[in-house]
Amino acid sequence: MVPLSYYLLLGGFLFACGVGGFLIKRNIITIFMSIELMLNGVNLSFVAFAAHWHALAGQIFVFFVMVVAAAESAVGLAIIIAVYRTRETLNVDQVNLLKL
Amino acid sequence: MTGTRKLSVTGNWKARTLTTALMSFHLILFLSFGAVCVGGTVNLLAQRHPINSALSLIAVMAALAGEYLLLGAEFVAAVQLIVYAGAVMVLFVFVIMLLNAGEEEETKGSRVAILIGVPGTLISSVLMAWVVLRHSGTEAVAIGALPGHPVDIAQLLFHDFLLPFEITSVLILIAIMGAVVLASKPGSAAGKVE
Repeated sequence: MVPLSYYLLLGGFLFACGVGGFLIKRNIITIFMSIELMLNGVNLSFVAFAAHWHALAGQIFVFFVMVVAAAESAVGLAIIIAVYRTRETLNVDQVNLLKL
Repeated sequence: MTGTRKLSVTGNWKARTLTTALMSFHLILFLSFGAVCVGGTVNLLAQRHPINSALSLIAVMAALAGEYLLLGAEFVAAVQLIVYAGAVMVLFVFVIMLLNAGEEEETKGSRVAILIGVPGTLISSVLMAWVVLRHSGTEAVAIGALPGHPVDIAQLLFHDFLLPFEITSVLILIAIMGAVVLASKPGSAAGKVE
């Protein structure tokens, strides 16, 4: 048996590293991967809480988070392709206009 | 009389050793999957080439599927492997290769980002660890604690959460159309849909 706090600590570590990667990284694709890392940290705490309180609904929430993450990554990667086509760069420092 | 008592004591002792062994085995599994998670995350931040970051993210997601199995969430573990480690990450690797993304170059912004990002990460992780350790109950999550039977999941998903489930299908459809419109070349046929 593993205490609930261990799972929460792992989830919190994943989330914090996602925040750190979001701030540190300059490549737009790696920034996007940091967002996925944050979502994974939250998912782990969802499942740990679901197991702790014997509430199966937590697993359904994880399913919905995954669906939204899949939709988000599809649209986000399409935006990255569109940005790359006009700017010829993936560095976020050089992408400072919303206009394509 | 003494014999039966002795027997029951030995039985108790045996059951207790078995429980302890199972607990430590569970803990070892948790720690090994957690080590893969932590190592992959640190590697994701340390690597400069996006393809290396993507591969370490796949390792993190596969290890997280193992953690879900430890929590008794078989459905979530399977979906994690299929949707996240499979579909989403293939999309990432595909885009990295399509755009021929090279190593990140150092810019003036990256030094500022490190100045803000490293303390931000440290502060947020220490704060979360402090809150979790301070307010955590000592109760443990047992292996297979949750009856994550597919029948129960289906009952919840297709009965109690039917409307959100149907709305997600619309969301996915909109996301597909948006991705096609955004990623198509401005002059091509798909671009003229707008």
